[in-house]
Amino acid sequence: MSMLELRQVSKSYGQGANEVDAISDIDLIVERGSLVAIMGPSGSGKSTLLTIAGSLEEPTTGDVMIDGTRLSGMSRNDKARLRRRTVGYVFQDFNLLAGLTAVENVSLPLELDGVSQRKARAKGMAALEGLGLAERALNFPDQLSGGERQRVAIARAVVGERSLLLADEPSGALDSVNGEAVMRMILAACHGGVAAVVVTHDAKLASWADRVVFLRDGKAVDETLPPPSPEELLNPDVTNPA
Amino acid sequence: MSIRHSLLALLSEGPKYGFQLRQEFESSTGEVWPLNVGQVYTTLQRLERDGLAQSDDVEEDERQKNYRITEKGSEELSHWLRTPPDLSEPPRDELVIKVLVASRLTNVNVYDVIQVHRRYIVQLMQQWTHLKEDESRFDLAFALAVDAELFRLDAVVSWLDSADGRLHRAELEPAPQDHVALPSIRRRTGAHR
Repeated sequence: MSMLELRQVSKSYGQGANEVDAISDIDLIVERGSLVAIMGPSGSGKSTLLTIAGSLEEPTTGDVMIDGTRLSGMSRNDKARLRRRTVGYVFQDFNLLAGLTAVENVSLPLELDGVSQRKARAKGMAALEGLGLAERALNFPDQLSGGERQRVAIARAVVGERSLLLADEPSGALDSVNGEAVMRMILAACHGGVAAVVVTHDAKLASWADRVVFLRDGKAVDETLPPPSPEELLNPDVTNPA
Repeated sequence: MSIRHSLLALLSEGPKYGFQLRQEFESSTGEVWPLNVGQVYTTLQRLERDGLAQSDDVEEDERQKNYRITEKGSEELSHWLRTPPDLSEPPRDELVIKVLVASRLTNVNVYDVIQVHRRYIVQLMQQWTHLKEDESRFDLAFALAVDAELFRLDAVVSWLDSADGRLHRAELEPAPQDHVALPSIRRRTGAHR
């Protein structure tokens, strides 16, 4: 079953003559275990698409389903619970809380969801361990490097049973080797069954995805073909349109 | 790709046979550039002719000959490693020409043309990245060679994105009518290599 499904989703801002379509008629299905990248220039609607997929914003028209549940029929509280339990976000600037240690940052969403502090901390530690950060668990964000901060942000996004990871330019200002490490972690989460959507303008990051969707002026204009079979890789003429 | 200098580099580690050189060349380039053994023997003969490598073996059969680098060969290798390749002349890039032509034709949507190429290149990048994902933790040379290819393709995508944006802007802000085209300027950058 698909983890995320957008059907004919549109979002416009303003009214009347000032109305602007941020995205229009977007259809997108992301299966469990798969990584989809959304590429497009600034202002093409990438971030709007992500905030709507994560139920942080309402679409003007169309349906969003997370794990088979239609968001439009849900109460505010139910949506908030779904976000805490199912959806993890990774932002360009990491958004870690400066006054909390790495493990406190990671376990916070679980505690907010009513998990006991002890259990939440154990799960937070497990998530940090999984990303090779166990020895940095008690450090505060300003004691971590940019790459480590981003790993903490990813640990927070996948902690517990969360199964949909949404990332907006997740490598931020990291260099390309650290950026690659971030994508490897997101991919590892996908191999563990998480569905991930990564929004980026960076083709090197997007190339980690199973599928790349190209956005232009708020519309999904194109997408990559499924990866070639080994036979096609050995015979490049099959995939070369030239 | 200079096979000649790559073989000299391998010989600088010690004397080697042709077959061994081929194997080491392929593994040191992450097997991204396959090399046939005939190319190796031809190159070795030329290196010997030019005094850059030498074989003390008198066998006629190339396969039996062990080659070593000469002092002149070591100097040549050192010079080659430090000489930047000539990048001052823009290459005649087929993709650039296609986009330039498409931008002039009124019956062609240049953005569609750009997107066809963008998608194709991103797909190529996905193939390289998936290979790297599997192999690179074990093979540093392979990761370096794949990175070079990914950066090259990424630059092409960046150029397509920039062309897309520039064409869009030009549509919104057409050039003034009294603009006189400058005579074409041919310029060669003068950086000393």
